[in-house]
Formats: sequence, structure tokens, C-alpha cells
Amino acid sequence: MRRNARDSEESARRVNRRALLMGGAFGAMFAVLGGRMRYLSVDQADEFRLLAEENRINMRLIPPERGLIQDRNGKLIAGNEQNYRVTITREDAGDVEAVLNRLSHLIPLTADDLERVKKDIDRNSPFVPVIVADRVAWGDFSKIALNTPTLPGVTPEVGLSRHYPLVEDFSHVVGYVGPVSEKDLAELTDPDPVLKIPKFQIGKVGVERWMEDTLRGSAGNKRIEVNAVGRVMRELERTEGKPGADIQLTIDADIQNFVQVRMADQSAACVVIDVNTGELIACTSAPGFDPNLFVRGISQRDYSTLMENDHRPLANKAVQGAYPPGSTFKIITALAALKAGVITPETTHYCPGYIEFGNRRFHCWKHGGHGTVNLTRSLEQSCDVFYYEVAQKVGIDAIAEMGKRMGLGVRHDLPMSAITDGIMPNKDWKQERWGQDWRIGDTINASIGQGYVLASPLQLAVMTARVATGRAVEPRLIKSIGGKPVEMPPPPSLELDGAALRAVQAGMDAVMNSERGTAKSSRIADETMLMAGKTGTSQVRNISAAERARGVTSNEDLPWNRRDHALFVGFAPLDAPRYAVAVVVEHGGGGSTVAAPIARDALLRALTGGIPPLDAYPAAQRGRIETDLNALKEKLRVTATPQTTRA
Amino acid sequence: MSFLEYRVKTAPTGLRKVLHLNWALVVLVSAVSAIGFLVLYSIAGGDVGLWAEPQMKRFGVGLVLMFGIAFVPIWFWRNIAGLCYGITILLLISVEFFGTVGMGAQRWIDIGPIRLQPSELMKVTLVMMLAAYYDWLDPKKVSRPLWVLVPILLVVFPTFLVVIQPNLGTSLMLLMGGAAVMFAAGVSLWYYGAVLALVVGAVTAVFTTRGTPWQFLHDYQYRRIDTFLDPAADPLGAGYNIMQAKIALGSGGWSGKGFMQGTQSRLNFLPEKHTDFIFTTLGEEFGFVGTLTLLVLYGLILFFIFSSAMQNKDRFSQLLILGIGANFFLYIAVNMSMVMGMAPVVGVPLPFLSYGGSVMLVLLIAIGLIQSAYVHRLR
Repeated sequence: MRRNARDSEESARRVNRRALLMGGAFGAMFAVLGGRMRYLSVDQADEFRLLAEENRINMRLIPPERGLIQDRNGKLIAGNEQNYRVTITREDAGDVEAVLNRLSHLIPLTADDLERVKKDIDRNSPFVPVIVADRVAWGDFSKIALNTPTLPGVTPEVGLSRHYPLVEDFSHVVGYVGPVSEKDLAELTDPDPVLKIPKFQIGKVGVERWMEDTLRGSAGNKRIEVNAVGRVMRELERTEGKPGADIQLTIDADIQNFVQVRMADQSAACVVIDVNTGELIACTSAPGFDPNLFVRGISQRDYSTLMENDHRPLANKAVQGAYPPGSTFKIITALAALKAGVITPETTHYCPGYIEFGNRRFHCWKHGGHGTVNLTRSLEQSCDVFYYEVAQKVGIDAIAEMGKRMGLGVRHDLPMSAITDGIMPNKDWKQERWGQDWRIGDTINASIGQGYVLASPLQLAVMTARVATGRAVEPRLIKSIGGKPVEMPPPPSLELDGAALRAVQAGMDAVMNSERGTAKSSRIADETMLMAGKTGTSQVRNISAAERARGVTSNEDLPWNRRDHALFVGFAPLDAPRYAVAVVVEHGGGGSTVAAPIARDALLRALTGGIPPLDAYPAAQRGRIETDLNALKEKLRVTATPQTTRA
Repeated sequence: MSFLEYRVKTAPTGLRKVLHLNWALVVLVSAVSAIGFLVLYSIAGGDVGLWAEPQMKRFGVGLVLMFGIAFVPIWFWRNIAGLCYGITILLLISVEFFGTVGMGAQRWIDIGPIRLQPSELMKVTLVMMLAAYYDWLDPKKVSRPLWVLVPILLVVFPTFLVVIQPNLGTSLMLLMGGAAVMFAAGVSLWYYGAVLALVVGAVTAVFTTRGTPWQFLHDYQYRRIDTFLDPAADPLGAGYNIMQAKIALGSGGWSGKGFMQGTQSRLNFLPEKHTDFIFTTLGEEFGFVGTLTLLVLYGLILFFIFSSAMQNKDRFSQLLILGIGANFFLYIAVNMSMVMGMAPVVGVPLPFLSYGGSVMLVLLIAIGLIQSAYVHRLR
């Protein structure tokens, strides 16, 4: 079909017109595209550059090394132990199944372990190392290290984890660390980002918890370049963190160990304090537990064993236990009476074995009574009636005032968990607590440390130190932080009358060193280390009339948890006091027979700096004590030489 | 016969045709392809063998193909336009049954070493078919309804075959490419107005009835449209790719991070970085200067295409060149709008830059057709 030329010309012009229209539209679109390019790469460049950097750069925290905890001589109490673990990386392993199979011939791996590892591997990206075994023994670890050529993707790694080489000796004082819980984070207003590192551990109780900020240090960080799936391509920059500061305690680990062993399997607590500085030399609670169990994550079975033990191993009885102080409280009543001028050291009272008050009869512990006693005799023989009489004249408020002045009923601020205030009751306290008026019977009970009065072994030790020195000694646990000694001003005077103090000290001397003293069998024979003290036996409950009728008259006939607590406080040497001690043995029976010997041995251990020499004991007892000490020596921990530098 | 229309004597013969090729176009296309090799080399992290080398080989084969086609007189191509169209339709139907699905649901068939996507080829053969149709049709009749219906059917049938693959990007390009040829052929603007009104009306109807009992689509279909139109609403899913693409482009700044220094592409933040999103890597490493240079090169290619169409007096040649030019423009406009976050993500590559065999070959075949028309034009 042939068209005429005019038609062709005309249609070609028409096409050209349309082509120009199209070209114009396309050009406009190109202008828009160019404008958009400019907007993105020039106008918004800074913003997108930032986003690109955010994409590619990640910050990773480097956990700081936790500060060490040492005893006063630099012996390691809490350290960071190298922890060997084995990881596997899927992309390097190739055939994961085969590698794990080979691995299980080298180290013990249960079917459960393998199951978990496979699950972890499937859940993570191929380049993420998955932990196959944690806390691998050194032998197994070296076996793997030797065999790495046949184990592609398997990496033996070394990490740090908290370790307590002295096991149960410091379980209560130092406590332990554990993984950060939701609760821990909720309690902090501005949590350190380092806490979010998986497997990071913080102090849970004791010094570990209360000195957490000092021990933790600060995290370092590194900037790393990652790709879209999170694989680390390279490290760009690294800022080292600051390791936590080392803490030195005032406690002597060897003395602590000695006392802990000495208390054997009793449910007991013993505090040894330096009377001049207030430094705690030993602060023990028995039985202890192994804090390392908690670091690893304690098993349900181990935990229930601890919880079900009626000796309550988890409780820190030294600071947390509040006990009726019993006759040890007579020191306070005596000081209050002397201060009030109700008695002089020479004042005497007649003890017929009881006093009548209203229609109630208050017994002295000795049935026949002590006859006529003055202050010294009353302490020496622990006459109750003397204090019944005196307390009525002094009044509870003055006694409570003296108790608080001597450190009872007040909280001593130490970096330990669950420190009790104890109770030093007065009239207002009873009104507030029970809504009742104070009765004279309450005063009579309180005068011998029964009734409402409660004190911890720590408070009793502080009281004894104050009696020994006449100064307001405050207990302290931290000797130095990061090598810098914690300075404490010398304790101020208690402003007590010297004669009054000497009278009470003389009574405490008589308790140990006179023929009729209640604790004379626990005396120290060495003239240079003579000891003063006071026994106490606090009733958990009265022996009921029904039991009496059944012939139950003494503690031994009662079940363990209803027997009396045995208490003892004391200090030595008598002429120039250095250490004070307080011992509480729960349901131990008599203070003189159970608590006093522990206190004596603890004091001797602290004073002599070694196993107490036999000639410090009265000649008649040496044979028996030698056997006991030899048995005890067997159980003492042999510690390594002091470690002052980091591993 | 219709070839008698051409004054054959004026057309160059034999090897002299080489001198009469549109060399500017050859140079520009080679320049853009060279940029593509460079970027592919960079994305592969300095590995030539991964993407750059295969792409170069395809370019070489395509170039030979282009010259071959250019040497064949344009009237031959017009005469076999119908045949080409029919064969491509058959290929499209056959991939429905024997083709392989992969990479964004494009379907291809393996013919020996060549992996062919018939949908790409369709873009060219459709233009050939329509140009031949309008060359045959009396220009006075182009706007008559019956003669408008025929090309619409010619466009809609292959579009339907592609849309069920499913390949939304290519089917949209077929529709628009076909519309462009019809527009150039002189179809009355009233038809375009009517279609536009119809589409706007339908879209309005679909969206205004949303939430009423007589809504046209299911709720999940509406939600799918929402994500398609606004990927930013789904920043971790559909929006992730487009956000990363914008970050790559924007962070390039004025002059880019430098050759082989793009972090977004090197660290795999970019999706499809060597195919549909290759423009973002160019932007990241060469900045605004680089992207604008590319845009100018594309603009020059389009300019030479359009000018060669307007120099030509043969109706088939004119319409063929304009149709190919429109398709070329559509590739660029859709791809760039998509990676710059101005349009929803549909799978459309960037001509001569994106890694891919079919597109490269088809584009060079199309350029070959333009050359043929240019060499054998009426003088």
C-alpha cells in the first residue's frame, strides 16, 4: 500500500509533535530525579551519614575485672579465677554433629548437654560461638587444646569468674556474687550499662554487695564494625576500663578460720574486736556454707539442704542474730546503777535465792541464794537478785540509756547484710511497740538481760570493748581500699566514771580468776594474758511445771531447739586490753561451760598469733586441751602465702 | 511491496554502514556500561570474576548482536515484527509451564548458556509490533475506536501473561511502553483522558468504600496495598530495604565515600545491591557527582534516541525508536524513583548498570534496532 508523500509528511510531523511532548515530559521527570538526588546526597547528607555510621558501628562493653578482697595480712578471700570453657562456632565447624561427637570422646558431655548445644547453635547466627562446656577441668581443657586441629570450630577459652578460696570461713562476712537479676536492676535508678552484659555478676550479700560500687570498677568499651547480620568485621577503637579497687578487710583470715573450726558443728557466732581501734579481727557464724556454690548457680538440692538445716547456715548470726543477752547484760545494769549513784562498788544486797514482787516470785539462778553480795561478787557469781534490787531503783530508762551508750540497741554500720539493731527497750519503746505501760516486772527481767532485751554478738563485742577501754569504740571491717588505708579517728571517751568502770572490770576479772568465778575453769593461766569476762545463759523458754513434774530439770533433758543459749563476753589482757570477744552458742546450754572456752581460745589465738601454747592454760587442764588442740589443728585450713598482687 | 517505499539507493550499503552508525549512542552506552563494570567490581569487594566479568562478556555479546542487527535493513525488521511478537508470546506462555521461578518471581528459561526472560524481550517485540501496526494503518484512522481496540489487545494480552508470573514491574512497563507508542502514533488525547479518569475513579471507589460493608477488596488486600504504597510503615520488613537504600545514597554526600569504600554495600546492609539497587552503591561511593553524571549520560542517550527518531521520516522507524526510547526512560525513571524512596518497590533494573543477562542483551538488541533505523533512514 503506497501513500502519497503529503500524507507521509503530515503524519511524520504529527509524530514529531508527539515526540516533543514526550521528550518534554521525560526531561521534566529527569529534573525531578536530579532534584531528589540532590536532596538526598547534599541536603540530607549529614543525617544519612550518621545513620550509615550507626548501622555499621557497634559499641561493646568490656567488663571490668572485679576488685579482690583480702584479709588484713593480704591473704586472698575473694579472687577472680580463670575459668576454662569450650565453645563451638557453626560456620567453622562444618559438620557440627561429627565435631561434637569427637568432642564427647575427649570430655564428659551428657546427652542433655549435646541437645542444648544443638539448640543454641540453631538459634544463633552461624558465626556466634556457643558454649559447649563451662568450668572445664584443666586436664580436659588441655586435652581439647591439644586436639584443636581435629576439632574445627571448637575454641578453648579462658574467662574470669569469682572464686572464694577460703570457702565457708567468709561466707557471711564477704558473701558472694551472682548474676544480675531483674530485681537488682529495678532497685537501681541509673543502672551501670555493664550490668546488662550477659553473665555479668554483682555482689548479692555481704561485703560483695555493700562495697559493690568500689569492687566493680568501670567498664571499658570497644567500637567495632559489624555487617548487616551482626558479624564483627574489625575493631575500630578500644578504651580500657578501670578494674575495681581491691579491698582489705580488718579480719585476720587465719584467726577467722581458727574460730570457725573451734565452733565446730555448733550453731554459734563469735566476734573478736580490737578494743583500741574497733577493727574486727574475726567475725564468724557457724555453720557456714560454700559461697562458690552460689557463684556457679546453686542447685535446687544444695539450696534446700541449706534451707532445711535447723542450724541455719545462711544466717549471719554474728550481726543478724538477736539474742537475749542474759547475764552478760548485768554489766550494763551495774554501770547504769553506778552512774545513777544508786549503788557504790561497796553497796551490798542480801540474796535469799528469790525476791517477791507483788504476787510474783523472781528466782535467782542459785536456789539457796548467794547471801550478802556486793557488786564484784554479784558479777563473779552472777547473782540475779542483786540486779533485781538495783534495777528497781535505777529504772529502765537509765538502764536503756547506758545500754545504748555501750552500743546495744543501736545499729553499727558495717558493709554486711541484715545487720540487726537489737532491742534496748525503755518505757516509750514498749508503749510504741506493744501499746502497753512498762511494768516493774519488765525492769526486773531486763536487769538480767531477759525479757525484751535483744543483742547481737557484734553488739556484745562492742559493749565489751567499750567496758575494757572506756571509749566509744566503733566496729570496722574495712582496713584499706585500693591500697589506701581507711583512716578512722581514735574513738572518743565514753565519759564514764573511772571508778565505776574499774569496779565492773574487777567483777569481770573475778568471774575468770577468782575461786568462785562462774567461768574460772576457762581462765587463762598466763599472767601476761589474763582474761576478764562475763558469762550468760539466756532462756529460750521457761521449763514448764508439767515438765518439772516429769522430771525435766536441766537443759540436757530438753530437745535441742528449746535449750538455753550460751553466751560469753570477755577481753584480754586484763591490765592492757587488746581484744574483746563475744560468743553466742545457740541452745548450747551454760555460758560458762560452752561459750567461755571458745572465747578463751579465740582470745589466745589472737593474742599469741598462733595456736595457743599449752602453758597459757591452767596446768590441770593441759592434758585434755592438748588432745583437743591437736584434733583442731587437723581441721585448720592451710593457706597459701599472702597474695598481694593480681594474678 | 512496502520496502519499495524506501529510496533504497540513498541508504549506505556493505561495510560503509559502519560509518553511518549513530556512534554517539554507541559511545554513551559503552560509557554507562563501563560505570556498571566499575560498580560491580567494587560491590564484589574487588573481585572481577564474581559480577564484573560476566557482565562484560554479556556486553560484548550484546554489542556484536547490536552491530549485526544494525546492518540488517530496517524494513526487514518491520516485516518480521509480527513474527517476533508471536514468538515472544509463545515463549511467555511456555515459561508459564516450563520456566524457572526465582529472584523476585521473574520467570526465565535456559536456552543453552543463555538465561532468557521472555518478559524482557516482550518490551521490544511489543514496540516492534505496535510500530508495524501503525505503519500499516492509515494515519487518519488511528483514533477510531475499533483501530484503537486492536493495539490495546496487543498490549493487554502479554501484560496479562507477565502479571500472572507474577512480575508487576515489567507488566507496568509493558502497559506504559505500549501507551507511549500509541501516543506517538497520534491516538487522540481523549482516550488518555478517559483511561486516566477511569483509573482515578476505580482507585477512589476502592479506597472510599474501605471499611464499609460494600468494600471491593478483603481487609488483608487493603493492608497489602498499604505496605506497598508506604513501606516506611513497616521499617523492619518492606521498609528496611528502602531505608537502607536511602541511607546509602544520602551518606555518599557530594562526592561519595570513594571507590570501594561504601560501607552500606560492603557490609551487606543493601538489598539486591548488584541488581535493582546498584544505583545506591554508585551514590554511596561516588556521591551526588556520580549519580548526576549517570543521569546526564542517560539524558544524552535519550536525547540522541529522540533526535534520531525526529530525523527519521519513516513512520515505522519513528514509532519504533520512540517506543524504545520510552521504554528506556521507564527503566530509569521507575528504578530511580524506587531506590530513592519516591515509588513503591517493584523489580525494575537500571539499564546497562544492573547485573543481569536478559536486560543487557535486550537493551542492546533495542539499540541495534535504533541503529538499523538510523543507518537505513530516508535521506
